[in-house]
Amino acid sequence: MRDRVLRINLTDYSYEVEERPELVEEWIGGVGIAVQLFRESMRDLKADPLSEENVIVFANGPFTLAYPYASKTVAMFKSPLTGELGESHAGGRTATALASAGYTAMVIEGRSDKPVYVVVDEDRVHFRDGRSLRGIRDSLILSRILAEIEGGKGERSIVRAGYGGEKLVRFACVTTETYRHFGRLGLGAVFGSKNLLAVVVRGKKTFRPRDPERYREVYREIYRLGVESDAMKKYHLLGTAENVLPLRELRALPVKNLTENYIECEDISGESLAEHSLGRRIACAHCPTACIHIAVLRQEYENERYFYKTLMISYDYELIYALGSMIGVTRRDDLLRLIHRVETYGLDAISTGVCLAWATEALERGVVSEKETIVRLSFGDADSYLKAIDYLVEQPNEFYEALARGVRFAAKKYGGEEFAIAVAGNEIPGYNTGYANYVGLLIGMRHSHLDNGGYSLDQKQPKLEAREAVDRLVKEEMWRQVLSSLVVCFFARGVFSPELVSRAFEPLGVEMGVDELNEAGRRIYLEKVRLKKEMGYVPSLSDLPERVFEVETPAGVLRRGYFEEALDYYMREYYSKV
Amino acid sequence: MKVLRLADPEKCVGCGLCMFACSRKNARDPRMGIGHAGIRAVSLSGFERGATVIFCHACAEPPCAQVCPTNALRPRKGGGVTYSEKDCLGCRTCVDACKIGAIFGRDDGKIAVCVHCGYCVDFCPHGVLEVVEA
Repeated sequence: MRDRVLRINLTDYSYEVEERPELVEEWIGGVGIAVQLFRESMRDLKADPLSEENVIVFANGPFTLAYPYASKTVAMFKSPLTGELGESHAGGRTATALASAGYTAMVIEGRSDKPVYVVVDEDRVHFRDGRSLRGIRDSLILSRILAEIEGGKGERSIVRAGYGGEKLVRFACVTTETYRHFGRLGLGAVFGSKNLLAVVVRGKKTFRPRDPERYREVYREIYRLGVESDAMKKYHLLGTAENVLPLRELRALPVKNLTENYIECEDISGESLAEHSLGRRIACAHCPTACIHIAVLRQEYENERYFYKTLMISYDYELIYALGSMIGVTRRDDLLRLIHRVETYGLDAISTGVCLAWATEALERGVVSEKETIVRLSFGDADSYLKAIDYLVEQPNEFYEALARGVRFAAKKYGGEEFAIAVAGNEIPGYNTGYANYVGLLIGMRHSHLDNGGYSLDQKQPKLEAREAVDRLVKEEMWRQVLSSLVVCFFARGVFSPELVSRAFEPLGVEMGVDELNEAGRRIYLEKVRLKKEMGYVPSLSDLPERVFEVETPAGVLRRGYFEEALDYYMREYYSKV
Repeated sequence: MKVLRLADPEKCVGCGLCMFACSRKNARDPRMGIGHAGIRAVSLSGFERGATVIFCHACAEPPCAQVCPTNALRPRKGGGVTYSEKDCLGCRTCVDACKIGAIFGRDDGKIAVCVHCGYCVDFCPHGVLEVVEA
């Protein structure tokens, strides 16, 4: 297995390469090794996430370059949004480019005095002056400039924070290949705090399988399974946006800061976006599915007839929820304008939408006034939200300074915590499906819907007892540690069964049976729990806002007792045993 | 003689499966990666403009073969070239001679160029590539 780790220090502009066979042997790759590298590189786990002591780990895995769907890179860092372990995954070309440069992981430490960007080549690292690239408000333009200067067409990945990261918005994201994001938990702000504008990675190293014939056979099998599977077809056709109407029908789509559970939103459904706005689909490197849906928005300039701008805007379910139903926006063009603004600044769309939703309700209830919000926010009014997004980034007053630290922080300062829709400080994704979703967010390592798919469990088995739900969620999360150590896309989780993963390892010269894989997932999961514990996190019912117990879900109004039982059981069976 | 052609470049999603296939095509020595590929999947100055693939379009009178000092590249019947790896010095003169940029440096210093074998077509999920009779 590839075992080279690149360590970059921004404080003194130095780098070194380590060979770490023991690391990949024990922890596979991706998330598995990122946990270890993060722990060993972080001198003080309690350090301020925006101080130079924070470290960023990027990792790919043993299936990167080897098999289709192995398209993700794992990032690990201390989150400036939650103050806990930060973990975020992105597609694009980062995983293949980093592996092609010869590395399975890259650790970025320290802090540069001046703005810089870093270029990672096969045989060396270049530190480039970034002073003239600061202050560019559109992250698309920054990446075009870097593409122009650095070359490497078709062989590179440009990983950059946007203006939001530069302004230290705590939920700023890091973008790669225009439309893919290390979206959640604020990696963009960590880049910003390190004066790091971007990392360009390029290379074309190749690797030999142990068993050439077998390798080509297994490759073909995985490819066939993927392109013929219905599960992958769904992501290709309407994409995740196909969930909008079914979830709305279930009364599981959060509406207007979770005050309601139904909204007329046909215009922003996956079907409507595909029929009226879809311009093209693109794919991450080495993925045949092409789930990235890009809408065309043609806008005429107000005072100039027949003068148009045409924007290409990527959308999916989470964005439609966060910048649509959650803030009462139901017109397609309004939604696309909001998504574009968030993309321009490089912000996490979910956190942005939830922050705006809270601010709107806070204004309605008189918790804050227009003195704070500057603009009159009201559900459905896209123009006011566009302005508010500008303010979130520019932070012209104390209110927006607070809101740029996330909804939990702002609500603590101004009040309205009972309707600040975050779990453990992370603004929630769009699945008001029932108990398993919220239990999943509460105990999930990232407080994200992708940790353990609680929203899906709610839909498949809505009547699970609390303890059984916890066991099922943890089991799913343990297996997902294996997938994100390989690193394959969770969308392909139906293809990569334990049995197939084991067989796919063989031609690479790695013996790993199904039991061993499951055991590895369990160990990696527990390592993460241990790390979170060391960083000071204790799951608690107070991590859930009151609103969760008020709004109707498909399972009715949620009872507090269920969560008490679930959490009790989780603490006893898992958390306390680490 | 068969040649690889673009069936419809507008369908390209930039997944690059063709590159991985090309690197893997040698049954005795398949490579994992893109460094042995004679084809590139590229974005059109950013993915907002879409993607396409670049590969040898089988010139009738290939300049790359003309400038090759060792005859590692020779004109192929039906257009394009044949490539003899053992004769290649890695001088990259051919890379400059190809105006469409369809010859690529390999990770071992030699070059990669499409020889129209068609192995990648099987792995293009969206019908961008096809093999036709020249």
